[in-house]
Amino acid sequence: MEKIITRHFDLPQSHRLETYLKDGGYEALRRVLTGMTQAQVIEEIKKSNLRGLGGAGFPTGMKWSFIPAQNPKPKYLVVNGDEGEPGTFKDKQILEKDPHAVLEGMIITCYAIGAHKAYVYIRGEYTKSLEILQGALKEAYQAKYLGQGIMGTGFSLDMVIHPGAGAYICGEETALLESLEGKKGFPRLKPPFPAVVGLFGCPTVINNIETMACVAPIISKGAEWYAKLGSEKNGGNRLYSVSGHVEKPGVYELPLGISLREIIYNHAGGILNGRGLKAVIPGGISAPILKAQEIDVKMDFDSLKSAGTMAGSGGIMVMDETTDMVRAAMIAARFFAHESCGQCSPCREGSGWVYRILKRIYEGQGQPRDLKNLPGIVNNIGGNTICAFGDAVTMCVGSYVAKFREEFEAKIRNSIRDDAIRP
Amino acid sequence: MDKIAGQYEVKRAALLPLLRFVQQKHGWITPEIEQNMAEYLEMPLVQVHEVVCFYHLLNQHKKGHCHLSVCQTTACSLRGADEMIQYISDKLKIRPGETTADGRFSLSVVECLGACDQAPVMQCNEEYVGLLDKKKIDKIVDR
Repeated sequence: MEKIITRHFDLPQSHRLETYLKDGGYEALRRVLTGMTQAQVIEEIKKSNLRGLGGAGFPTGMKWSFIPAQNPKPKYLVVNGDEGEPGTFKDKQILEKDPHAVLEGMIITCYAIGAHKAYVYIRGEYTKSLEILQGALKEAYQAKYLGQGIMGTGFSLDMVIHPGAGAYICGEETALLESLEGKKGFPRLKPPFPAVVGLFGCPTVINNIETMACVAPIISKGAEWYAKLGSEKNGGNRLYSVSGHVEKPGVYELPLGISLREIIYNHAGGILNGRGLKAVIPGGISAPILKAQEIDVKMDFDSLKSAGTMAGSGGIMVMDETTDMVRAAMIAARFFAHESCGQCSPCREGSGWVYRILKRIYEGQGQPRDLKNLPGIVNNIGGNTICAFGDAVTMCVGSYVAKFREEFEAKIRNSIRDDAIRP
Repeated sequence: MDKIAGQYEVKRAALLPLLRFVQQKHGWITPEIEQNMAEYLEMPLVQVHEVVCFYHLLNQHKKGHCHLSVCQTTACSLRGADEMIQYISDKLKIRPGETTADGRFSLSVVECLGACDQAPVMQCNEEYVGLLDKKKIDKIVDR
């Protein structure tokens, strides 16, 4: 299989400009700047069926085309490197092993949308990634791929790398904009969408690191080539981060549309210590959980949606037959309760309630009414909040209870029995 | 500081990078630093303070020389994070959120660090320590 995003990962000094140039680096940019109009670039990306690889899977070319050309305000590109979805660790690899691929993708994107300033928001914990990207940025400025008159053309672009400071919610695009503006990361109401009112009130495109890394290869090899690699309406490859109970955790570049079973057994080495599989989270902690018998599902955005879950960030977390699902649900709920930004009451209060109920069930203090109350609480969070975080709590926790209900019931039955025999 | 602030169209956008820069030098964000930052960026003090409260990498108190942040989220939990947290806690005789009396170590339990392939994982200040086991913990704590 042809590697796209990870094609340079195994080269020595893969993060250096010199290495990148040896493999035709910045040639796509030259082609764009010297021979393509903005509309042609957007059309090419549309044709490639590239979909946003941060989690939502929105068609990238379409997102770019929403930037109003007539708007006199400056336009911005903001790249989301706040990778915080539990189970996901792919953007870090791209930033550390092929930062110039991200930069080239960003410069092309800026040209296409008419932006002259771009920001990369890097997760606060990723200090090493930030340093490597900083080094690449310096190299790109020196080689005149950034700054005034790029490659001798009239196009100019400045780029700033911005560190986060530890807040999961800042991976939500409008919270990221707030954070970038020096505020706490509270998501904004949409509409207006960032394409119209984004960073500093100006039209803004927000794309993920991995999406940016795909742009230059699409320009070099053509939209048709890229579209053919994936499944229908889901072009190309993506990076799957595999963790949990597998023999070989890691990042795997595979075509969209590969089955979850193939990823776990053929690529990640199967279940740890030869044990049986119990459940898999297919797209980061927010994605509803799948039972072992559901893993023949294809891993593209549309197939996973039909299967009642989501492709999300491509973070696959595998749980073997020994996993306590009540504990797993409690851990997920604890995460949400901790990371809820606190702006909307249903999410701020609800995520805490859900965590405390699951914790008490897990600790053997559960009551039969807990299982009756949980769906009511969980279902009143999603759909009643400003951002999708609330929906994630609903979908994620709800799926554990729905699919492994007997384990929750057994825990509660045992607690009642313990109560009865207690003196 | 002027160099960092100069990159942004709007002054207050430099707040997070500046706070991180200052914390690197000083270790934590004191009330005086908040006050100076508000003046430097020409913004209300309360807005600086709410940002410091919101982001958990910004320390509102002095931390130990070596700040251990151990991940407790799904992938790390599946691979034995709880046992590691307990081991560090017993070894240092502090609970999560506390600092040893000699000021050498602080222990925090945190949510996903984005290194699930290395689970269980922790950060020792900014450095990642993956595939954590008792031996690796001993080496860090006893050095």
